[in-house]
Amino acid sequence: MAALVALGALAALLPLFLVLGYVVREGLGAIDLAFFTRDPAPVGQPGGGVRSAIVGTLIIDLMASVIGVTVGVGAGLLLSEYGHHPMAPVVRLVGDVLGGMPAIIMGLVAYQLVVRPMRRFSALAGSVALGFLMIPIVTRSTESALALVPRELREAGMALGLPRWRVIVSVVLPAARDGIVTGALLALARVAGEAAPLLLTAFGNPYLSFDPTRPMDSLPLRLFVYAISPFQEWHAQAWAASLLLVLMILATTLAARWVIRQRI
Amino acid sequence: MLLLAGGVVLAAALTAYHLYAGGSQALRRFGLVGFLTGTRWDPALEMRFGALPFVVGTLLTSFLALALSVLPALAVALFVTEYAPPPLGGVVAYLADLLAAVPSVVYGLWGIFVLVPAVRQGELAVYLWAADRAPWLLPWLGPPAGIGVLSAVLVLAIMIVPFTASVARDAIRQVPVEQREALYALGATRWEVVRTSVLPYARGGIMAGVILALARALGETMAVTMVIGNTHQIPTTLFGPGATMASVIANEFTEAVDDLHLSSLVAVGFCLFLLAVAVHLAARWLLRRLSPGGTAA
Repeated sequence: MAALVALGALAALLPLFLVLGYVVREGLGAIDLAFFTRDPAPVGQPGGGVRSAIVGTLIIDLMASVIGVTVGVGAGLLLSEYGHHPMAPVVRLVGDVLGGMPAIIMGLVAYQLVVRPMRRFSALAGSVALGFLMIPIVTRSTESALALVPRELREAGMALGLPRWRVIVSVVLPAARDGIVTGALLALARVAGEAAPLLLTAFGNPYLSFDPTRPMDSLPLRLFVYAISPFQEWHAQAWAASLLLVLMILATTLAARWVIRQRI
Repeated sequence: MLLLAGGVVLAAALTAYHLYAGGSQALRRFGLVGFLTGTRWDPALEMRFGALPFVVGTLLTSFLALALSVLPALAVALFVTEYAPPPLGGVVAYLADLLAAVPSVVYGLWGIFVLVPAVRQGELAVYLWAADRAPWLLPWLGPPAGIGVLSAVLVLAIMIVPFTASVARDAIRQVPVEQREALYALGATRWEVVRTSVLPYARGGIMAGVILALARALGETMAVTMVIGNTHQIPTTLFGPGATMASVIANEFTEAVDDLHLSSLVAVGFCLFLLAVAVHLAARWLLRRLSPGGTAA
């Protein structure tokens, strides 16, 4: 039976390693300096890179983190520090339900919320979609990070006569900082690879852009466009973009692990 | 602070409201039931929109993928917790978590260039065999093109394994050591311990993991869009093309010029939203129902 279980585990994980193996092999073959320093070239023209997509990914993800972390940490604080508040069960249930939402749904919401009123696709809309996706993940991780702060620490603050909010700001949050940062980084890693919501919001843009009110490129989007195109050079770039994307997500995950390890 | 926490509720309220408002034009025109049971999706000539082909496509691909992935995922969870020596188990668990972080588009890219050609070879062999030996099977198989329902099912199954495995692993870890030791003391083998003590104790958590994976599969967009073939017909064959609720939104949304078409796509999203909420509530209920007293998370 042990052999059967081991075999089953191997069978389950093998395709995943195949995916990573192909990404590394094909991606390494297609990555060069121009890949990082040039914008996408028109079909038929050799060279070209994904600079605009790399910059766009960073901008969109940064703005998404602002939305996701602010609301997520606030909700986590409510659940952990004010667990008896009448809003707490509502926030918990709603957070859980949001957590199971397909990413494309958030794309539709951000479209209705931002793209429609602005009458054009924009990086901002993409950030709203990704930020909404981050909220439940950050909420959950913040709540468990705060739960790890010993009660004595809070009581010590209270004993000094600090008001509750002051204890939270000056004692509880600093004590849980590393856990909160780790959770935020993991949430970012989870949404950074999403292409579906960006398709309906940030839309993509083959030129370098820093304007959050206009369409912006992003690595997952560029990867998708290249992958379904019929052009050989674009396929090679798609593999290179997938390698870069996986590495960026891996680096974020490792950074998260590093932050939490600093503590121990 | 309360204001920020209210942001979560606000986000959820905005989600529900905007999906309904955006889809209301289509829902008013066809009615929710009429929309869900309409079999024609014709944005070009008749401007009729029925979402049944996509609902069927979503349920078909998700449940087939789930059926394929449950046992292997359970094997991963059991291997990590019960069978592997601790360092190996830790490494495998970490790798499985890592693989859950690979983006959907990357699976799609791999699907297009590696999986689909391989599936095409396999489908062709089966098709030729069926044409020889079992011609009654042919109408169920459909064209062996590679791109189609089967490829989508395989990609989905591969993608959801780490999710089921990770939740099942946590559930199995929560089984008290005493529970196992009591059986070992009775002279049970490792498999007997797993079968009679670990699995029954952890079944609530395992079922929750399975449903979580189902929710994941129902909403999976990019990888499916890239390999399923995207048609407006109800999929009736295993090899033939299809479409899912998520894939039709991704495919047509930015190209929809007509208001009714756009509204219908948002309405499809609204239905997907309702489906996701229902699946989530079912998971909570099952977890509570199946967990032994006091262990529900």
